[in-house]
Amino acid sequence: MKSTEILVIGGGPAGLAAAIRAGETGAKVILVERDSFLGGQLIKQTHRFFGSMREHAGTRGFYIADDLKEKIKELENVEVMLSTTAMGYYEDGIITVLQDEKIVKIKASKIIIATGAHEKFLPFTNNDLPGIYGAGAIQTLMNVYGIVPGKRVLMIGAGNIGLIVSYQLMQAGVEVVGIIEAAPQIGGYLVHASKVRRLGVPILTRHTIKSAHGTDCIEKAVICQLDEKWQQIPGTEREMEIDTICLAVGLSPLTELLWHAGCDMVYVPELSGHVPVRNENLETSVPDIYVAGDVAGVEEATAAILEGELTGVNAAFTLGYGQEDLIEKRNQIIDNLEGLRSGPVGEKIRAGLSKVRGDA
Amino acid sequence: MMLKVTGIPTKEDLEAKMPSTERMAKGPVAMIECFQNIPCDPCYHSCKRGAITELVDINTIPEVDFDKCTGCGLCVTKCPGLAIFILDQNYDEEFGVVKMPYEFLPRPVVGEEVAALDREGKEVCTGKVVEIRDGKAQDHTALVGVAVPKELLMTVRNIRVGGSK
Repeated sequence: MKSTEILVIGGGPAGLAAAIRAGETGAKVILVERDSFLGGQLIKQTHRFFGSMREHAGTRGFYIADDLKEKIKELENVEVMLSTTAMGYYEDGIITVLQDEKIVKIKASKIIIATGAHEKFLPFTNNDLPGIYGAGAIQTLMNVYGIVPGKRVLMIGAGNIGLIVSYQLMQAGVEVVGIIEAAPQIGGYLVHASKVRRLGVPILTRHTIKSAHGTDCIEKAVICQLDEKWQQIPGTEREMEIDTICLAVGLSPLTELLWHAGCDMVYVPELSGHVPVRNENLETSVPDIYVAGDVAGVEEATAAILEGELTGVNAAFTLGYGQEDLIEKRNQIIDNLEGLRSGPVGEKIRAGLSKVRGDA
Repeated sequence: MMLKVTGIPTKEDLEAKMPSTERMAKGPVAMIECFQNIPCDPCYHSCKRGAITELVDINTIPEVDFDKCTGCGLCVTKCPGLAIFILDQNYDEEFGVVKMPYEFLPRPVVGEEVAALDREGKEVCTGKVVEIRDGKAQDHTALVGVAVPKELLMTVRNIRVGGSK
């Protein structure tokens, strides 16, 4: 059995930031990551980030991952375990992880859960045909492994992920025949929408996919319009010849460990699913378990980094580290988070967060 | 139809962002096609002349002080939304230049003729590349200057290398 003061589960933006900030105070930290590399979704993000210049704005996502990884490397008190999957939480505060097909038990005084989110799927006829991908899978194929998924893509979803991945597909020389969106308006940032429109990619709001067709792989999609009650309008069907469908229809928090640990959970649509109740330090109803990033409610990477920092600082403080400047550090992070969420695009997140505040 | 539905700013949206006719006559100037309060501030930090309003609240939409702006183009490749364009009406008698961010390969070369596209990606004329900045400072978002007929300065916002389809 291994033991540590702080165990961070998940090596994406939130987990990395948590491990760094906790590690900087001198606390002993173990960071476990399921993949064989750190960085989470950041490593596929080739676009420059929004947010404040204080928080990497203007920097491409994969550079942010490089920067965080570099910082982790410099901290000798932070041990990174790659290709290691957290499997369960036990009442005595032990987390079991699977590394190289061996179960390892880790005893930690504080646990920061930063497991992220998984992609949602969409029901439609023949949605199991080869050639239908989640947007994350397409980004991994293209931006991590240099493989294009097809030649003609229909994108489902005009949120930021749908818009950004459409742009990246075009950059890779793949034709995006259209982006369809069930909502009456584009969900992602309008600057991203304008970028793909300038490339000639149409965006069709109030549209959905009805069915996919093909024998061995996808050859055709049928889309149709939706009315104001989100119902399909008969007679508006249209066929599109394509070889790939990309689903960018949202994410769900990856909360299995939180359920296992018995954290109080609440269903919050604004945060994309069941999320843990937590206090202002991001500590859940189970003492010593903290949450940061998409697992606590689907948002975006800059907020995930800030939440990670907050948990890292707080968890370390309760163990006696970083006593001298806690208030200053914590206030700075909270200010930055509030600034990020304060505008009209943060309205949904603010509404969601107002439903999850509890006292641990 | 609205920008939120189409992804294309309307005439009214654009008119609110355009430099005045007098300012256009004086030479290169930035136009920021940013219409939404999103948390973002690299444009403000990129401007060495203080021509972009300080974004105390990072959700504020940036505005250009057209008197301070020299049209240097530093902000063009720093905007994460690729929403800033430099418009130079005084290239020569007939042509003006639109300087835009460009993130596609192959890059065009100076002197090359390209298809000039509007905000819907439709070809509106042939443009001639007159400037490229694509060094370390631009970090893979090149600035490409394209000469187009003056009356299309407010229309051309993209190029297709390789010419007409």
